[in-house]
Amino acid sequence: MSEGAHLRQTEAGQPDASHKAILYLEDLNVSFDGFKAINNLTLYIDSGELRCIIGPNGAGKTTMMDIITGKTRPNSGQAWFGQTVDLLKLSEPEIANAGIGRKFQKPTVFESHSVAENLELAMHGNKSVWYSLRARLSGEQHALIDETLHTIGLTDHYHQQAGALSHGQKQWLEIGMLLVQKPYLLLVDEPVAGMTHQEMERTAELLTSLAGKHSVVVVEHDMDFVRSIANKVTVLHQGSVLAEGTMDEVQNDQRVIEVYLGE
Amino acid sequence: MFITRILQNDRGGQIMLAVLALVLVLVPVLNLLVPEGSFLHMPTYLVTLLGKYLTYALLAVAVDLVWGYLGILSLGHGAFFALGGYAMGMYLMRQIGDRGVYGNPELPDFMVFLSWKELPWFWQGFDMFWFAMLMVLLVPGLLAFVFGWLAFRSRVTGVYLSIITQALTYALMLAFFRNEMGFGGNNGLTDFKDILGFSLQADGTRVTLFVLSGLALAGGYLLCRYIINSKLGRVVVAIRDAESRTRFVGYRVEHYKVWVFTVSAMLAGIAGALYVPQVGIINPGEFSPLNSIEIVIWVAIGGRATLYGAVLGAILVNYAKTVFTGLMPESWIFMLGALFVLVTLYLPQGLAGLVKNLKENRWLQNFSRRAQA
Ligand SMILES: Nc1ncnc2c1ncn2[C@@H]1O[C@H](COP(=O)(O)OP(=O)(O)OP(=O)(O)O)[C@@H](O)[C@H]1O
Ligand SMILES: [Mg+2]
Repeated sequence: MSEGAHLRQTEAGQPDASHKAILYLEDLNVSFDGFKAINNLTLYIDSGELRCIIGPNGAGKTTMMDIITGKTRPNSGQAWFGQTVDLLKLSEPEIANAGIGRKFQKPTVFESHSVAENLELAMHGNKSVWYSLRARLSGEQHALIDETLHTIGLTDHYHQQAGALSHGQKQWLEIGMLLVQKPYLLLVDEPVAGMTHQEMERTAELLTSLAGKHSVVVVEHDMDFVRSIANKVTVLHQGSVLAEGTMDEVQNDQRVIEVYLGE
Repeated sequence: MFITRILQNDRGGQIMLAVLALVLVLVPVLNLLVPEGSFLHMPTYLVTLLGKYLTYALLAVAVDLVWGYLGILSLGHGAFFALGGYAMGMYLMRQIGDRGVYGNPELPDFMVFLSWKELPWFWQGFDMFWFAMLMVLLVPGLLAFVFGWLAFRSRVTGVYLSIITQALTYALMLAFFRNEMGFGGNNGLTDFKDILGFSLQADGTRVTLFVLSGLALAGGYLLCRYIINSKLGRVVVAIRDAESRTRFVGYRVEHYKVWVFTVSAMLAGIAGALYVPQVGIINPGEFSPLNSIEIVIWVAIGGRATLYGAVLGAILVNYAKTVFTGLMPESWIFMLGALFVLVTLYLPQGLAGLVKNLKENRWLQNFSRRAQA
């Protein structure tokens, strides 16, 4: 099967970002029952970049992530991961194993598993059925879990059932799951919703520290948060790019002001 | 060593298997060693009845694996049970040899009656025990694999999946009712004489089949527990709780579903194969959609996603069925329905959940009493 061949190819190494960009979205269109959620969207993300995406409710930010991760198929357009991986030909797990990780807008963790088990499940590695039957955590993997729990501040909740965590803690756990997945590209949808100011600062720190080694795309409504992490911001409106630039440039853009005030 | 590790955190399973071990020793002694006149003697029909319950319990464990842990409500597991049963029945038919009514050494009676001249190709090989046992595993396994591959790959889930599993067993029932299918039509396969040369009427054979059913139940239980304890088991529960999330962390959900569904179907096939020589008949009625629904009710009453709850539910409900169909044969189906409704309303976690709650409450009471003192 050609699908499988794709997977093996991309698992073998990093995505080919030799032309600087790691993610290419070109002329994407998605419509739901005639309503155009994504409208001729073209967007490039550079390797190692931290990009913030803002836009009013319903602008298509989550739908864009759905396309990248294989959940929604576009009606037309292109989506490439590096030079060689055609995302539109891969299934969700194949895309995940190719190195694209995602944190969802509504935090979704595995509720009846413990915090540590959530990380075990998300961890990068062989995910085939027969392998899972015999899999045991190696010392290295245990260390990665401990280290990640430390990073996300959930060390004391190692054995706790994930369903019993607070909203903010679930957000953190999901970020942790993203980290152990060791993706090249992280898609982070509204990471700080429901977090305290302090937690927000820690998240900002974490995301900025990830950039460079990884490419990170953050969707967020909280403008202070965006300002604190972004160097480049993309504004999405009615399914296409309205403006792109630094936070200051974007905030002074007349069209952007209209879109936000016009609401 | 290995077994204690599997059962480490499974109190219910430890108790269930300990009781099972006791029964497996006691019943043969009471039947074979205690003289017939003694009031401690256990009559052979009772041994066989218990053996039948044990095969039902194994079937319930198989259903709990897919329903309780993977979240697939299969309303067609009776089909896998029946197919395992037919594979065993075909072996037992071939064993009859020329002792049938028509005395044909090659053809079973019903084929002679249909004036068939030779054995159909799919009956070849069933005179060999090993081959028949292989088919007990392969036929249900293969059907589950193909069915699962088609259904799970096109992402059929929930009620729709339940309905097509129900349709599967219904279609098989209609097919097996037809004489031309070559499985004895509505009479099915019966009048068995012996298995591996041992008479099916002999006490020793009956007791052996009973013990084998118990061992199969124990083995099936341990296998399922081993699967659940592994990382595969954790992925399976993740699929049940958040299927699409599981995909996004890189698991091919349909592969996992097919795998577990197939394993479960093979266990159901083994249960069916042990059931048939004990009850002495297999007919298309075993494919009846109602049977598959009953299995699900046993599991619900016993308690989903515990495995031992399935065992408990299967044995208790079938014991009740034996008692009540003796007293009021027509009313059983209504009683079963009422029981199911009551359990769903008041005991959503079944009997296993009730036991757990009682224990926790008692513990809480003790605790508060001590705190007051
Ligand atoms: N599966 C779907 N079926 C129909 N309409 C959908 C579907 N998914 C999204 N939409 C619509 O597409 C539009 C874009 O939705 P999307 O979730 O991408 O917005 P968003 O930018 O993420 O908004 P928010 O900031 O509120 O999260 C919305 O109008 C939404 O109602
Ligand atoms: Mg959104």
